[in-house]
Amino acid sequence: MKYQFDFAAVLAQWPLLLEGAWVTVQLSFLATVIGFVLGALCAVGRNSKVGWLRWGVSAYVEAIRNTPLLIQSYFLIFGLSSIGITMPIMVGATLALVINIGAYTCEIIRAGIESIHKGQLEAADCLGMSPVQVFWHVILRPAVERVYPSLTSQFVLLMLASSIMSSIGAEELLGIANRIQSDTFRNFEIFLVLWVVYLALSYMMRAGFWLLGQFVFTRRRKLGTPL
Amino acid sequence: MTREQATFLFMGMLGTLALSVLTFVGGGLTGLAVALARIAPMRGVRMAATAWIQVVQGTPLLVLMGLCFYGPSIVGIGSMPALIAAALAMTIYSSAFLGEIWRGCIQSVHKSQWEAAECIGLTRWQRMQKIVLPQALRIATPPTVGFMVQIIKNTSIASLVIGFAELSYNAKVLNNSTFQPFIYFGCAALMYFAMCYPLSRWSRTLERKLNASRG
Repeated sequence: MKYQFDFAAVLAQWPLLLEGAWVTVQLSFLATVIGFVLGALCAVGRNSKVGWLRWGVSAYVEAIRNTPLLIQSYFLIFGLSSIGITMPIMVGATLALVINIGAYTCEIIRAGIESIHKGQLEAADCLGMSPVQVFWHVILRPAVERVYPSLTSQFVLLMLASSIMSSIGAEELLGIANRIQSDTFRNFEIFLVLWVVYLALSYMMRAGFWLLGQFVFTRRRKLGTPL
Repeated sequence: MTREQATFLFMGMLGTLALSVLTFVGGGLTGLAVALARIAPMRGVRMAATAWIQVVQGTPLLVLMGLCFYGPSIVGIGSMPALIAAALAMTIYSSAFLGEIWRGCIQSVHKSQWEAAECIGLTRWQRMQKIVLPQALRIATPPTVGFMVQIIKNTSIASLVIGFAELSYNAKVLNNSTFQPFIYFGCAALMYFAMCYPLSRWSRTLERKLNASRG
């Protein structure tokens, strides 16, 4: 093999890469937290008795789940700027990711809610819990606990997908890498380095979610057994 | 939108479909290999397959695209045609996800079926081929159709690193020259929707139908 690897040129830019990684972490964190709230609200909306709300949420979920994130962000960012609405790129990127992940979170949480046994609701009624109490303790928390593994893998996928935001100009990990690429021309080395950094980020994220799960779901029982 | 512009978008759609089909064939074959390796009798093979899935699922598709696009030229294969590089990256990506989906399906075939096949003296390969896989196929159809939607959507980023002219790339070219993002990206979104939504619906129908007949 004649190719001379030159990682030094890439690794010399480590402060930039670190900065990019930090932007990726911030983007993913914001999108995960806001997207979770949006998704939970939508899951409730999709089960509501109000017709237009149910219909509207379904339309949102189907539209988002059947079109690519890239087109959604182009539509949002370039579309809004064409009618004169501009925003800081981080706000735009976060918005695009939130709109995207909200639809997936909604579907996952809805599946969790549907798996709650009717008897649980009746039991809560018998105990005289208020509707809010029933919703929080009997519906939402057990539902989220049950779908926690699929939720977390969806959020890790979101972090990896945040690399797409470089195409609308976000200076996250991949955006920074593109910049280094045009300075050094070490394309392959850059992608190898990126590979390692993204892998590390995704493992840290998985570990973080595992810890969070231990902390939030304090009832000790094996996941997957009936609640 | 003029006639030429509409044709240009449809050409992009053809590119998207071509890449999706290539990915599905490549990802399907490698995915099956990964799924079988995940449940292989040899511990080393199982661990290698697990590692493969872990690593690929922890990598953004865009990074895989970069590695597949720039990688072959440094080992002396020369420059890759865009379609092949994109299909290679997406095959690697899909092999991990399809492998994990299908592993689950194979293992959800009831244990007594495996035991019965063993009792009538079938070899491991016969057991797989005659008893387990036909039943797993039934369970695997809905999630596989669902994953085809992911493949179609993911082809959209093939243009970012590799420059393969698919639907979102062509839409962006049109927007760059006319600056009417709502029209072109709206049309592109509708075209993706037209490709994906029928598959999503089909997957859901299959899920209901196949479940009912199993239960």
